[in-house]
Amino acid sequence: MISKKDVQYISHLSRIYTDDHEAEALAKNLEGILTYIEKLKKLDIKNVKPTSHVLPLKNVFRDDILKESLGQKNATKIAVKSEKGSFKVPQVIE
Amino acid sequence: MKQYETVIGLEVHLQLSTQTKIFCGCSTEFGKDPNSQTCPICLGLPGTLPVLNKKVLESAIKIGLALNCKINSLVKFDRKNYYYPDLPKAYQISQYDFPIAHTGYLNVKTGDETKKLGITRAHMEEDAGKLIHDPAIKSSLVDYNRTGTPLVEIVSEPDMRSPQEAYDYLTTLKLHMQYLDVSDCDMEKGSLRCDANVSIREEGQTKLGTKAELKNLNSFKAVKSALEFEVARQIKLAESGERIVQETRLWDESKQITISMRSKEEAHDYRYFPEPDLVPFMVEKEDIKNVRTTLPESPSKKQDRFIKNYKLSTYDVDVLVQDRKISDFFEECVKEYNQPKKICNWIIGPLLQEINSNEKGISNDRLSGINLVAPTAKTFTDLIIKVEDGTISNLVGKSVLTSMLDRGKTSAEIIKEQNLAQVSDEGALEEIVATVIAENSKIVEQIKSGKESAIGFLVGQSMKKTQGKANPKKIGEMIKRRILND
Repeated sequence: MISKKDVQYISHLSRIYTDDHEAEALAKNLEGILTYIEKLKKLDIKNVKPTSHVLPLKNVFRDDILKESLGQKNATKIAVKSEKGSFKVPQVIE
Repeated sequence: MKQYETVIGLEVHLQLSTQTKIFCGCSTEFGKDPNSQTCPICLGLPGTLPVLNKKVLESAIKIGLALNCKINSLVKFDRKNYYYPDLPKAYQISQYDFPIAHTGYLNVKTGDETKKLGITRAHMEEDAGKLIHDPAIKSSLVDYNRTGTPLVEIVSEPDMRSPQEAYDYLTTLKLHMQYLDVSDCDMEKGSLRCDANVSIREEGQTKLGTKAELKNLNSFKAVKSALEFEVARQIKLAESGERIVQETRLWDESKQITISMRSKEEAHDYRYFPEPDLVPFMVEKEDIKNVRTTLPESPSKKQDRFIKNYKLSTYDVDVLVQDRKISDFFEECVKEYNQPKKICNWIIGPLLQEINSNEKGISNDRLSGINLVAPTAKTFTDLIIKVEDGTISNLVGKSVLTSMLDRGKTSAEIIKEQNLAQVSDEGALEEIVATVIAENSKIVEQIKSGKESAIGFLVGQSMKKTQGKANPKKIGEMIKRRILND
């Protein structure tokens, strides 16, 4: 059972604000999803190969070769706030 | 009083010395302007796709093999989710259930014994950015240059039983990694970082005690000091019947204590899941075999071989083997001039002295340190031969070496340029001997009255007058003859 408390815990971890009303609704939605997954777990998959990715690709590499970077100016252009070439964020000292 | 046993396991993060980051083509060079080495991929912008740097996988396999690990044939990546401004995607691409390497060991010399310390696993992941906290502006500044730098995290078994053992494990691990040439292993630059898990238990117990995780260990010495402090702290708690809580503690270098960092506890729920942006990788037996053939001789094998082949002492070999380039250089020199002990003495004496005074600490490439011109085996052995055959004195030899390293000239050029050739011709030394005897009548009297050891002082004076060029043996003989036969 997914409780409202579970939703609030996950929303805190994900830094997504949910009010009481939303948390209750989400708990119901997530419960529905998990019930469906329980159903999937009961399927007979004896003849299905295990897979860790949906694409039939493997071993896609790149060589260790330098590419041009954005550079300081372009990179920090997208920052909400910047200073001294750095992204400026609220203090996060431990 | 109860006896306690200390249990330590280490987690080492190694920055790989690739040109580019793990999932994009940005440079990994250290110390550049903030955010100058970033792109949409390492900044975690929407719509970008990471692609694995082939050299990272190769280096990780190398590391796994060097640590006697099993290599997983299926390699996949996972997302480790947490929110912190140094992590632009809000997840770190790491490996969770299929690390590249697992179940290995490292033989570590500690005290008089060699211990086989277990390696739990080694996995690939990306580094996070760097935060600079500025209380003055009540803000933190973020530099994403380090974001996406390839890391291999090496997790040991809780096999170490003292802070000294942990220290020995760490230095041995560093040496092995330097030999592999996969990382410069510089703790000061943060290319080798270490967290320590430590707990105590009553002697005879097999169950692990409650552990503390120590962070902010910025040097090898800090690892040892922090562990020593923490073990003492935990024993004190246990003795007084208090409970040890599982927590992360920060090492405070200035106060030499560990401090609890309670705030991070809930962040341990990382909600790992498979990284859908990267396809899986299959490491074939053939690939592993190929990497294995590129592995260099390990430092411990080299040590044994040097002792056997060159008849050097354990001490000499220990010093030589501390640096792969230096030990290779030694062997090249022996090929030029088959006098291993003499070459060893010149390397671990004057050469290393010069290198160490020019450069801070031990790097992976001391021979080509920034301020020095590396000698070749040929120029270096030429110098030794010139000292051995008496062309120059030992003392002058050392100063010639300094000039060689400073200016990149050969010993012959420097000797000629500065007119340093040793003077052994009695005729040429006659005048010097006469002057020194005349100027030091008191000493001469002492010698006459039987204190022959004082001759050494006069030899020293003569050497000074000739800027070290005189053949000291010759000078000694001449002075002795002149004074005692007078």
